[in-house]
Amino acid sequence: MVISAETRARIDAEAAKYPRRRGALLSALHLVQKDLGHIAPDTAAEIAALFDLHPVEVMEVVSFYNMFFDRPQGRHQVRVCTNLPCSLRGARELLRELEHHLGVEAGGTSADGRITLGHEECLGACAWAPMMRVDDVYHEDLDAAKAKQILDALR
Amino acid sequence: MQSAPWVTSYLTEHCAADDFATLAGYRRRGGYEAARRAVAEMTPEQVTELVKDAGLQGRGGAGFSTGLKWSFMPKGGDKPKYLVCNADESEPGSFKDRLLLERAPHQMLEGILIGAWATGAEKTFIYVRGEYAQAGRCVQHAIDEAYAAGLLGANLLGSKFSHDVVLMLGAGAYIAGEETGLLESLEGKKAQPRKKPPFPAQHGAFGMPTTVNNVETFSHVPHILRHGAAWFRGFGTEKSPGTTLFGVSGQVRRPGLYELPLGTRLDEIVFQHAGGPLEGRRVKGVIPGGMSMPILPASQLDVPMANESLRERKTMLGTGGVMVLDDTTCMVRTACVIAYFFRDESCGQCTQCREGTGWIHKIVQRIERGAGSPADLDILLDVAGKMEGQTICAFADAAAWPIQGLLRHFRADFEEHVKHGKCPFPQSFEL
Repeated sequence: MVISAETRARIDAEAAKYPRRRGALLSALHLVQKDLGHIAPDTAAEIAALFDLHPVEVMEVVSFYNMFFDRPQGRHQVRVCTNLPCSLRGARELLRELEHHLGVEAGGTSADGRITLGHEECLGACAWAPMMRVDDVYHEDLDAAKAKQILDALR
Repeated sequence: MQSAPWVTSYLTEHCAADDFATLAGYRRRGGYEAARRAVAEMTPEQVTELVKDAGLQGRGGAGFSTGLKWSFMPKGGDKPKYLVCNADESEPGSFKDRLLLERAPHQMLEGILIGAWATGAEKTFIYVRGEYAQAGRCVQHAIDEAYAAGLLGANLLGSKFSHDVVLMLGAGAYIAGEETGLLESLEGKKAQPRKKPPFPAQHGAFGMPTTVNNVETFSHVPHILRHGAAWFRGFGTEKSPGTTLFGVSGQVRRPGLYELPLGTRLDEIVFQHAGGPLEGRRVKGVIPGGMSMPILPASQLDVPMANESLRERKTMLGTGGVMVLDDTTCMVRTACVIAYFFRDESCGQCTQCREGTGWIHKIVQRIERGAGSPADLDILLDVAGKMEGQTICAFADAAAWPIQGLLRHFRADFEEHVKHGKCPFPQSFEL
């Protein structure tokens, strides 16, 4: 059992809000991923049991949504928006600088395990481009120096 | 993010004040009076008629009459009915709902409460996109405050009416913003859109009658209740009343949000409000309503921003996301970015969409590399044409339209690539 009793209780509280228990599946995946960093197949099987689902029904949800991961990640998720409004204001050049700075290509994790760097589709910050999401915090109106400083401060 | 739009009107008048996001601050400015009056003094039918008379159109992209949508909900019956607030804002170029969620969550909640009374819904699910964690925290705080003050829950506002609100966070999928894709996601499944009919008003969330409205749509509702339909029609055009939040982005001096009446001219938004192009540049084209909507060339910006006028130019208002592209920008690279997005976000259910988005992406990339042939332009239009109107949801149309728009107005950019075997815009953004 990898899911803690406390998290199970929180999942039950979420499930009570929906007419069918499965409505809380995305919430459950968020909660478990917060604890464990990713949703491995055996974790998915445990979650499936909590919802009376087949493990593959959980895995297909994990693979459908960009914010769920089926394999280990860096300690921080750094996502540079490269959609059109951000691209028009230097987002791709910024991402390249950050790849170079961390010594990792977009989609990869830095050697020290600190950061998984990637690009992302529109994050709703178009007027303050370029921007990046660090875990659940937005950083807007970036330039390369500012962005590197933010990355360097992550432990 | 800015704390209030550069230009404000009734919807965002108080957004700059930090306390507007709190119950006390919202109530101090007359908040929840409209909901109290609706529940105490009006029948659900009267509320729906009022919103219909005001001519409020959905602000999530489709522009459907909100009052009419509410009237489709079955009256009475023993099934529970639900409202869904679509806060899955993810149309590229759109960032208005984020401001309303973070800076004015009670205004939206009051609109939800009024909608719930009008439709007889017992519960509202607010579906906030997963990346909007900060917005989610603001909304949850507002919900908690509203419960504590007896504005939500059993016998709210001292009436016989009860209503619950549940916040749910999505997990990153553009298609979850599509009405029925959202309902699937709400049920804990992949956000693959449903065939219609049955429409959500008959068979929606968890199989129950459901109405889905956008964040901004709900936020207009308290103002209509407060001031009446005639007042609301004092803003905007005859067919498109009210203000909306235009989000201006891209290569322009003053990007940001602008609350302006529907029907405001696009060139006024771009040149007067947003300050026009950057130093030494010229505007090449403008996408008027989020990335799904076809682009307009600089020569066609003298158009009122309302669907009835934009349709004449073969584009639409969408979500009011205005993207400005200047003369350094390559329209084939633009097509590559757009095509990549739709290929990446296609849910894969329908063949025309799953295959078509891939074809389009491959072909525009080939043209950008300088390896395209003259026939590729016609193949692009052929593929786009075969995606349109052939699939379960409008995603395939949204993927086809911007490519058609780029070829309609900037075919020369594509032809130059093919003719010279390379990209003629060295200054354009990198891919």
